[in-house]
Amino acid sequence: MLLSRALLKRHSVLPGFDLALGFTLLYLSCIVLVPLSAAFLKTFTLTWPAFWDAVTAPRVVAAYRLTFGASLAAALANAVFGLVVCWVLVRYEFPGRRIVDALVDLPFALPTAVAGIALTALYSGNGWIGSLLPVKVSFTPVGVWVALTFIGLPFVVRTLQPVLEDLQREIEEAAAILGATRLQTFRRVILPIVTPALLTGFALAFARALGEYGSVIFIAGNLPMVSEIVPLLIITKLEQFDIPGATAIAVVMLVASFVLLLAINGLQAWTRARQGR
Amino acid sequence: MSAAAAVVAAPPHVAAVPPRVSEATTEPAWVRRSLIAVALVFLTLFLFVPLVAVFAEALKKGLDVYLAAIVEPDALSAIRLTLVAAAISVPLNCAFGVAAAWAIAKFDFRGKNLLLTLIDLPFSVSPVIAGLIFVLVFGLQGWLGGWLRDHDLKIIFALPGIVIATIFITFPFVARELIPLMQAQGVEQEEAARVLGASGWQIFRRVTLPNVRWALLYGVILCNARAMGEFGAVSVVSGHIRGQTNTMPLHIEILYNEYQFAAAFAVASLLAGLALLTLALKVVVERRVAAQAEVTRR
Repeated sequence: MLLSRALLKRHSVLPGFDLALGFTLLYLSCIVLVPLSAAFLKTFTLTWPAFWDAVTAPRVVAAYRLTFGASLAAALANAVFGLVVCWVLVRYEFPGRRIVDALVDLPFALPTAVAGIALTALYSGNGWIGSLLPVKVSFTPVGVWVALTFIGLPFVVRTLQPVLEDLQREIEEAAAILGATRLQTFRRVILPIVTPALLTGFALAFARALGEYGSVIFIAGNLPMVSEIVPLLIITKLEQFDIPGATAIAVVMLVASFVLLLAINGLQAWTRARQGR
Repeated sequence: MSAAAAVVAAPPHVAAVPPRVSEATTEPAWVRRSLIAVALVFLTLFLFVPLVAVFAEALKKGLDVYLAAIVEPDALSAIRLTLVAAAISVPLNCAFGVAAAWAIAKFDFRGKNLLLTLIDLPFSVSPVIAGLIFVLVFGLQGWLGGWLRDHDLKIIFALPGIVIATIFITFPFVARELIPLMQAQGVEQEEAARVLGASGWQIFRRVTLPNVRWALLYGVILCNARAMGEFGAVSVVSGHIRGQTNTMPLHIEILYNEYQFAAAFAVASLLAGLALLTLALKVVVERRVAAQAEVTRR
């Protein structure tokens, strides 16, 4: 009864609010909130200089640079190709369109370890794709980019798809009647409408790439200072029983994720406002 | 909100649009063809070929090697552990998803937006960090580590740790599918049932559940796929004890690192098959969800 008296804005005839919200809050606290706060509290056992040293050691900084750089490059590739894929799926008819549409979600459904070993085999020197390429991909930072691009692929397409589907043809017709070329219509009319959704998809892909582990470790080669991503560094520290060090790096990544989460929430609100809902 | 949009979009497209205008709102044929080509080449390189490669590599050394890799004792125990972990974590998250959706969609209360954000939180946490936080709580040097050791309970490097990490990773799936649909459906039907004298349980079973069953199934399918495939978080808490705390993804990693590629891909092909099955079910269920949303909108 306490919860309903404290929180409900309006009386409801429906039962079960206390039970449902009570269970929700208890479960959320046990599984998510308390364990997550453990990470932050653990870092308080470190002195400030020790924390600073742990998160700015050269090997750690190199890992940040790779993780953030490769994630950004992958999210950019996903934004560009995701827009093309989404456009093609929504606007054009071609054989196999529905199958392609369903398979876009594959990176969501395929376990990351499976994706990791498949991409590594394909892009290694004697793999189907790697043997055709002039540059080495597997076991280099380029390989990290390939894995992160795979992982982030559905985000842009799936965020953009409802917006493109809802786009009213009348606006494009008006632009055409007023004398705009097709390219002008796309740049001046369509792109501004889809930009918030495109940015949301980009941010979602970027956020997912930052934390990705399973698909990357097989293809990256994991050389310290060169192709070692931050999540792997956390695991390495854990295996050396350097739990405070691992936690300090984890907290830096958590803060980055939370900032991105806020940005994504803002972008989603913008998307809804732009769509006039 | 979406109901209002549906009303606005209601007039069906009249067929009498002059052909020249429709030409003006699409691209020349060569642009269309090249865009389709770009999209398909990109998807082929990043999606289709990797998927085919899993099965091709698995069967490279013949069917005998493939089957041997799957019926091998360590592989079987990994399959069993994966099934057990999913069988515990999916129903728990399902119960949570239903409870959270009931509270959020059917009632108006303070702090709802904060709660929605918190439910999504596990999606933005790296799997490795998800594993780490449970080591911080249940590990030997963790908050409860001493107490657990005194009572001879093992969570980290054992099944409970694997289950709890899986629950964390798959936490939002069911709730996220149910909440928007139940919000769109409103409370009129439940209120009518209440006025007619139905109990809470009857309202849920006879009114709410039939209205959301496909979305619920959809959430469970996604949750299950992720639960069986989770790698990073489970890898941190499992301890990689062969035949005991290795799930299928971890077994794949070990085989791969031992250069037993055909065996690694054989086990991987089972998970890839599961992924394809998930996608197929998703297409079917998505259609039902759309139909159900359409019906409740009227």
